[in-house]
Amino acid sequence: MTALRPPGPPAGGIDPRGPRVGAGINAVLLVVVLLLGGGAPATAVLAVVAAGFALGAVRGVPGTWQAWVFGRVVRPRLAPPTDLEDPRPPRFAQVVGLVITGLGVVLGLLGLAWAVPAAAAVALAAAFLNAAFGLCLGCEMYLLGLRLRTRSA
Amino acid sequence: MADVALVVAVLALASVLGAAWRARNGRFRPADVARPADPAGPAVGGPGTPAVDVLGAADVGAPLGDRATFVQLSSEVCAACRSTRVALAGVAADEPGVVHVELDVAEHLDLVRRLGVMRTPTTLVLGPRGRIVGRMSGATDRRQALAALESCPAPESCPGAAAA
Repeated sequence: MTALRPPGPPAGGIDPRGPRVGAGINAVLLVVVLLLGGGAPATAVLAVVAAGFALGAVRGVPGTWQAWVFGRVVRPRLAPPTDLEDPRPPRFAQVVGLVITGLGVVLGLLGLAWAVPAAAAVALAAAFLNAAFGLCLGCEMYLLGLRLRTRSA
Repeated sequence: MADVALVVAVLALASVLGAAWRARNGRFRPADVARPADPAGPAVGGPGTPAVDVLGAADVGAPLGDRATFVQLSSEVCAACRSTRVALAGVAADEPGVVHVELDVAEHLDLVRRLGVMRTPTTLVLGPRGRIVGRMSGATDRRQALAALESCPAPESCPGAAAA
């Protein structure tokens, strides 16, 4: 028997392969940022990634342009999903991605040239782990953040 | 060339991390039986050391199983909590005397701190009298849940059953 189910079933479950394909697209873009080295082109590509994360943070992963690509190009070639995923964890990951890449763009525009590749490297590690292993780094760190927040409160 | 090296280094590091994460997920880790329980109550433990060895029905908010109880600590931002819930609930339905309880970490932060829980899902495996015999963290499948029960094949053979 199962006694309690506080998180409940997912409301409006999403295809779990969507966020992973989106993370793969982001990983490719972040590699481009690193290979551009620095300067305005690198900052511009990082801004594109950050803008995608902003859409995902506000509207959830299905509201991103990467999800649109997945729905138009990738999903028609795949079998229907065997299981749907709770949309909240990937949306939380989009918020974490927005903070990292947004910070890189803002600091880069303020003249800190190293911030762009630094943010891109961190975001690339996270996006690659998500795409290749299904590991949501932000979700793994959620409980640590909750513990720190409530300790200081 | 330095840029290419950076990309390769980031991807290599991430691959090592990902492989280690995947290998650890769901693996049953027995509690440290060498450390004696404090009969006077919860001891003060350092980070990562469980400060309580026994949980009761009041702690988990439900009656414990006669044989074993899976106490799954979940959060709303946790992709693996659902699949783990399905696996553990299935084992609890099939195995007599096994109960599955799922708790939200946000509502049980005291328990999270006392037990040194760092990630979700973390599943505590309790013996018949609520003694924590071990834990699993990360996505846990049916095979791993059944393996965890092997540490508790019958009530009398579970750690802590004779002592209490």
